[in-house]
Amino acid sequence: MADPQRPFPPGTYPVIVIGSGPGGLQVAYELNRRGVEHAVLSADSGPGGMFRRWPFFQRLLSWTKPYASTDRNSRAFERWDWNSLLAEESELRGLQTEFMDGSSDFPSRPEMEASLTAFAERSGITVRYDCRWESTRRDDTAEGPRFTLTTSDGEYVCEHLILAVGIAEPFSPATPGIEHAVHYADTRAAETYAGRRLFIIGKQNSGFELASGLLQWASRITLASPSPARTSIETRSLVGVRARYVQPFEDSALGGGVDILSASVAEISRVAGAIRVDLKRSDNGMPVSLDVDEVIAATGFTCPLLDLPALGVATFGQARLPAQSAFWESATVPGIHFAGTITSGSAGLKKHGIPSYSGAVQGHRYNARILVERLAAKHFGVERPRTAIALGDLTDLVLDEATNAPELWHQKGYLARVVTVSPDDGIRDDGTVPLTHFLDTGGPDGIAITIEADGQGAIYPVAYIRRGTKIDEHALEPHPLHEFKGAPFRRQVGALLDLIAPGASAG
Amino acid sequence: MATREEIADALSGMTLFGDLATPQLVGVASRFEEAFFAEGARILRQGLTGSAFFVILDGEAAIVVDGVQRATLGRGDYFGEVSILLGEPPTADVVALRPLRCVALPGADVEAFLIEHPRVLFRMLQAQSRRLRNANRARS
Repeated sequence: MADPQRPFPPGTYPVIVIGSGPGGLQVAYELNRRGVEHAVLSADSGPGGMFRRWPFFQRLLSWTKPYASTDRNSRAFERWDWNSLLAEESELRGLQTEFMDGSSDFPSRPEMEASLTAFAERSGITVRYDCRWESTRRDDTAEGPRFTLTTSDGEYVCEHLILAVGIAEPFSPATPGIEHAVHYADTRAAETYAGRRLFIIGKQNSGFELASGLLQWASRITLASPSPARTSIETRSLVGVRARYVQPFEDSALGGGVDILSASVAEISRVAGAIRVDLKRSDNGMPVSLDVDEVIAATGFTCPLLDLPALGVATFGQARLPAQSAFWESATVPGIHFAGTITSGSAGLKKHGIPSYSGAVQGHRYNARILVERLAAKHFGVERPRTAIALGDLTDLVLDEATNAPELWHQKGYLARVVTVSPDDGIRDDGTVPLTHFLDTGGPDGIAITIEADGQGAIYPVAYIRRGTKIDEHALEPHPLHEFKGAPFRRQVGALLDLIAPGASAG
Repeated sequence: MATREEIADALSGMTLFGDLATPQLVGVASRFEEAFFAEGARILRQGLTGSAFFVILDGEAAIVVDGVQRATLGRGDYFGEVSILLGEPPTADVVALRPLRCVALPGADVEAFLIEHPRVLFRMLQAQSRRLRNANRARS
């Protein structure tokens, strides 16, 4: 009898998932749902991933608005809930709302962890905890590649490996004297910074999170990195420092004890009674020097991919993200897939500089569903039903999706709802897929509808019409209330649909 | 390739960025984002709006117009700037011929970047002038 506390003993499984944060849990849910045999392994001792530790201060960067919709258990509510994982069962939907005390629309870290734990328990997800993946071997067999994972509990073999291990390995640059700095991950309790002069390397959200959290404790705070900091309000996207952390900007602008510099750190050294930071300004290369008591490197994290690069998994960027296909498979080693925040390595089009929201739960939860849908269809014979659509319903479907679809609103310009039309098959709902898949793969005539943003503040649906091998992009007008169901939209979308399904506009 | 310093090193060897000092190069490297494209992946798509400016760090890409390959690009070459400067969608696809590493700057940031880095602007203008001269020679 297997130990129920220690499921998934070492052995061979068709699919192995590593990780028990939001990404791993969403994948496990989707695999269970489709009856795909698998094992879930996690080095942690419980569910929650990064939310077991971070963020340090205040609350999450992602909100849930419990009263935004009358039905918290609906698909439509997902648009107003950035934190809950996805489920088909209504009682498992919108779980985050249960774990909020009403003091903020941004859950606290323990509230997020509680919601993820409840999701894992109630949906019956089992994980082998305290099982650490240590190394990987790839063998090419007659049936295709097999991956052998050595773990702290023994050897596992699988055909498909899904890594949801987060972007969690602290990264510090090779700056001379970096040993005098501690990484963000090792930040101490806030009160221990009382009266200290603090220097923070890095002007991303983690740097500003610390600056915001330590404003009342530190005597002075200086933040520096080579390029100017921008806020999400300026970029009109999730790029840049989030609105929750703008107070240090105001303090800096008013000369209130915070300085935000565009400069690179040339050297950090210990001098009598202080740590000296030597900087070079990005604009003119001139030196700046200051003495502080504490240096924190808020310089980000990399993917803990262990030995996978040696197996041929190509990575890029400072975070060493694995390069991925549209469906989050390694671009260089088939059979290795990714879930969770790592899926931001499948960048999509980044139109107008707007990235996917795969780095956050509200984005990557959909990637996980689509990944498993694809895997289950391709390798396990579990096809997603392709519902037939009546010609007269087509315009409504497209306009409904443009106005309400949480997948499209959370993954702007990245995920698309696709409907195809062919003489044999008629009009079929092909579900939600990565936009690049629709653009680059070819197929029957069809429409892909997305929500996109131009980085200037406008949000609007875009219809991609595929006829033969040609695809044309048609941006709809923005609407001040983002409601795309009125007569002008109906006319415009109807005319586009007529190109692939004549008569659609009459519906 | 990974860190900002490594990217700055790679950029320093390119004509486009050859006039910049190290702190400026590090600034450039942190402004651009690294991207990787597998063989066969499309980087620019003919007719689609909202694309970026790319500089090739490593690999090879083809310029493809209406399915016909017109030219190849390699390390130090850049693309996407023409459509951004003109505010029009690209008139060609750019496709990776083998694994391609680039750095990219969103189209909306290109104008401010060039104005802040007049030496890069000058080098780009020089390259465009050379292309124009060669096109004129080919025609005459």
